[in-house]
Order: sequence, then structure tokens, then C-alpha cells
Amino acid sequence: MSEEQIKSLEKHFEERIARDEKIEPKDWMPEKYRKTHIRQMSQHAHSEIVGMLPEGNWITRAPSLRRKVALLAKVQDEAGHGLYLYSATETLGISRDEMYEQLHTGKAKYSSIFNYPTITWADMGAIGWLVDGAAIINQVPLCNTSYGPYARAMIRVCKEESFHQRQGFEIMMKLANGTPEQKDMAQDALNRWWWPSLMMLGPTDDVSVHTEQSMKWKLKRKSNDDLRQQFIDQTVPQADLIGLTIPDPDLKWNEERGSYDFGEIDWDEFWQVVKGHGPMNKQRMKARVGAWERGEWVRDAAMAHAEKKQARKEKQVV
Amino acid sequence: MKNENLYNYILGIADNSLILGQRMGELCGHGPTLETDIACTNISLDLFGQVRSYFQYAAKIAGDGRTEDDIAMLRKERDYKNVLLSEQPNTNFAYTIGRQFLFDVYHLAFLTELQKSSDLTLSAIANKCVKEVSYHERFSLDWVKRLGDGTEESNQKMQEAINDLWTYTDELFHQTGADKAMVAEGVGVDVTKLKENYYKSVSELLEEARLKTPESKWFQKGGKQGIHTEHLGYLLADLQYMQRTYPNMEW
Repeated sequence: MSEEQIKSLEKHFEERIARDEKIEPKDWMPEKYRKTHIRQMSQHAHSEIVGMLPEGNWITRAPSLRRKVALLAKVQDEAGHGLYLYSATETLGISRDEMYEQLHTGKAKYSSIFNYPTITWADMGAIGWLVDGAAIINQVPLCNTSYGPYARAMIRVCKEESFHQRQGFEIMMKLANGTPEQKDMAQDALNRWWWPSLMMLGPTDDVSVHTEQSMKWKLKRKSNDDLRQQFIDQTVPQADLIGLTIPDPDLKWNEERGSYDFGEIDWDEFWQVVKGHGPMNKQRMKARVGAWERGEWVRDAAMAHAEKKQARKEKQVV
Repeated sequence: MKNENLYNYILGIADNSLILGQRMGELCGHGPTLETDIACTNISLDLFGQVRSYFQYAAKIAGDGRTEDDIAMLRKERDYKNVLLSEQPNTNFAYTIGRQFLFDVYHLAFLTELQKSSDLTLSAIANKCVKEVSYHERFSLDWVKRLGDGTEESNQKMQEAINDLWTYTDELFHQTGADKAMVAEGVGVDVTKLKENYYKSVSELLEEARLKTPESKWFQKGGKQGIHTEHLGYLLADLQYMQRTYPNMEW
């Protein structure tokens, strides 16, 4: 294809996105668009799968049958989101095995928040309320993103995430209204998860490398700093409502801005975790790689059985 | 307690689902594929849903203020009446599938009969559970076939799991005092009558999966009397942790 032809295709492509048309798997797309989407969508899928681990950690110890069932259902939803998003990413010409390979070798990233440990039951509440809360803020705009399979996946994912967020808040509310011991447990979880949740919305705009291009393709509709402000403004009144204190001495309502001012985020900690040196990075990867390696003989058996079954069927026909 | 036999009878049924559900829940996030992970979590979810129905009913019968959670999480080890099969660990995926398969074939036959119970609550619970369990059985049987027929390695692993778990199958058909009393009242299922068919269909299914039916006639028992394998204590330590550490609280 001549350079001129490509330019004309690109122009046509950008015009379609500007008109809010969806790009579908068989449509022509610039290589960079394909690659960027593979990167972001697979990262999203990996986050769902790795995200099963910190919550899965409490399934056997959930405090009541009702909570156990709800937690199981929630973690199962996450597995479903992973499956859905891997399938959507496959439409861009990469296999699930290749994506796993990228995750296991550290080439692909996943949300850094899952590299923190879940050490008490209240962490199940904090993750639902804060982590899923921040995820929704990130994801709702993606329901209108330009790539059709991703946009459609996000509509379903967001519905379930908003249910998870309410469920998490309800866990926190119950603890906050419970015994002093339960309230302490809730406050401690909020103290530990607050700052990592703010970091989850990404580096500040001045250092974020992907923002401009992603805005154009509607992979992103608001900047990281705007999303973070939205999250804080939405969450602070919720903490007030249940009598928990946001662990930020600089947090203050700014009448003029109509928003909360907040304290300095420890970006050194953020980069340490992103670069693989958070409290649980190594354990999370070990768990994923371990499950994959222990499952190899099972997957081989399933393939071998399917082939034999097919061969037997063909033999019968002959 | 007025209906002590009925209460004990319900616990005998529900404890199997509770302990097996707990075992399946351990696997969440660690399965060999995403699809099996989802299926195992789903089975766990079904089993805990069944447990809730049974224990809510048992709590009502007990009538002493205990809740479903008290019954599930605050008994002593000797008071759990699940069969030994259900508490066996997830040694590898073949053991997980083998345990599920050997239990599912029994569970499905049992629930099919329990639907005819003269106790309307039990028959309604059985009616709901039988649909779920017929899916569990399809899932575990499909995997027994895949692993039995797949590769030499998978065949060996699946055979080893079946051989090891076989010793816990006979107990499924033992009757407790509560069982006998409930059978006499038309409430309970006579499990002794399920035995012949169980071994017949399990043998046929194993053969279909290119696996051998173990010949050993040495069986273990004791779960129904609360005499468990050493595995159960650790499982209960997890299951009971929150209720024991933070007593008398709502969650």
C-alpha cells in the first residue's frame, strides 16, 4: 500500500472515530491503534485475574455464610470479566496464551493495587468500596470508547462493578456500625487502602505518557488528575456517612473549586510498586505462574482428548 | 430438642456440602484454566447456597436462637458429620475432580430420592439442588473422561486419585441412627438402597473414561460419627477463624 493510500485510510479512520462510530475487528485500523488496544485491554484482563488473588485469600475465612457466598460470587464475576476481556482482546489478533506469556514474563502490567496484601476481613470491604469505586470511575467512560468489542465488554463489566462497590461499602458500613473492634478494623483498612486507591487512577497528568493519543481514540475521556479528583469528591462524603476518617490531614473542602483539596501522594511508593517491588508483586506472579504450570498437564490432557475424540468420530464416518 | 433426629439428619446432609464447598472455594484463582476456575467457584457457590437452605431450616428446628452461621462455624470438630470423602485435600486437579465425581454420582442419586421426602421443606430444597448437582456431575464426569483418556500422564494421575479416594466411597452408604429414624418416618432417603446402582454406574463411567475400577475392598469410615481424617481440623481452623476470634458479632 502506498503512503498516500495509508494516509487516506487513516484520515477516514479518524473521521469515523470523531463521528462516534465504533471500530469493529474486521475494520482497517492503524497498527498503533491495534497495539495500544492490545496493551490496554490485556492489562485490564490481567488486572481482573490477578485481582482474584487478594480477595480469593479470604474466601475460606469469610465471617458468615452470606458473606462467603457474596465474596465467591464477586471473585467469580472477576474471572468472568477476565474471560470476557481476553476474548475481546483476541479480536485484535493475539491469543490468550500469548497474553498470559506477557503477564508471566512481566512484559504486560496489571493494576498495581493488587500488589498490596489483604490482611483482615475489612480489606474485603475496602477493596469493594475504594478499589472497585476507583475502577468504575476509570471504566465508565470506556463504555463509549471507539473499539466496539471493548466498549460492549465494559458495559457489562461496569454494571457488575457498581454492584461490587455497593457490596464493599455495605461491608464497611456494617463494620463501622459494629463493635469498637470492628470499627477499628474498618478504619485500619481505610488507612491502608486510601492512598494506593488514589494512585490507582494513574500518575499525574504532567508525567502520564499515554494520555493525549488515548483521548483522541476515546480510550480515555478525562485526565488522571480529573478522575482522581472525582473519586475523592465522591468518596469523602461516603466515609463521613459511616463515621470513618480519611487518612489525610491536608484533606479540606475548597469552596471556590467546589472540590476537596488533598495531601501529597507518595509517588515514590507508586513507582516502586509499578516497577515490581511492592509488598506482594512477587507472590502474586508466583501464584499465577504456579497455577499455570501446575495446570499444564491438565490442559495437555484436554487437548489430547479433544483430538482423539475427533479422530474417533472421523474413523466412524469412514 | 423435640426433632433431634430431623436436626441431625439435616446436618448430616448439609455438612457434606459445607466441607466440599470449602474445599472447592480454596481453588478460586488457582485453577488450570480460567474456565475451570469459574466452574469450580460455581460449584462451591452452589454448595454454600444449599448449606444455607439446610442450616436455616436446622436453626428453625433447633429453635434455641442459634443461626445458620452458628451451626456452620461454631461446632467442635467431632460434631461435624460430613463423609471423609468430602474433606480430602486438593492434592492436584485429578484429586479435586475425582473427589467431586465420586461425590456427585452419589449426591445426584441421593437428591433425586430426597425430592420424594414427606418433609416439604427438605423436598423443596432437594428439588432446587438436584438441578445444580446434575450440572456438577456433568462437569466432573467430563473432566474424568478428559483426564482418563487424555495423555498417559493424565491417565496415571486420574487413576491414582480414584484409587486413593476409593476407600472413602463405602461410607456414603452407611446409615446413622438419625438416618434410620428419618427413613422410618418417610422423611429420609435409605442410602443403603443407592449403593448397588452407585458402584454399577461409577464402574461403567470409569470404563468409558479408560480407567480401572479399583478392586480394593478396604474402606474407611467415621465421618458420619465425627471421627475425621487429620485434614478436617485445618479446614475448620480457616472456616471458623472469624467467628472464633470475634465472637458474638454481626458481619
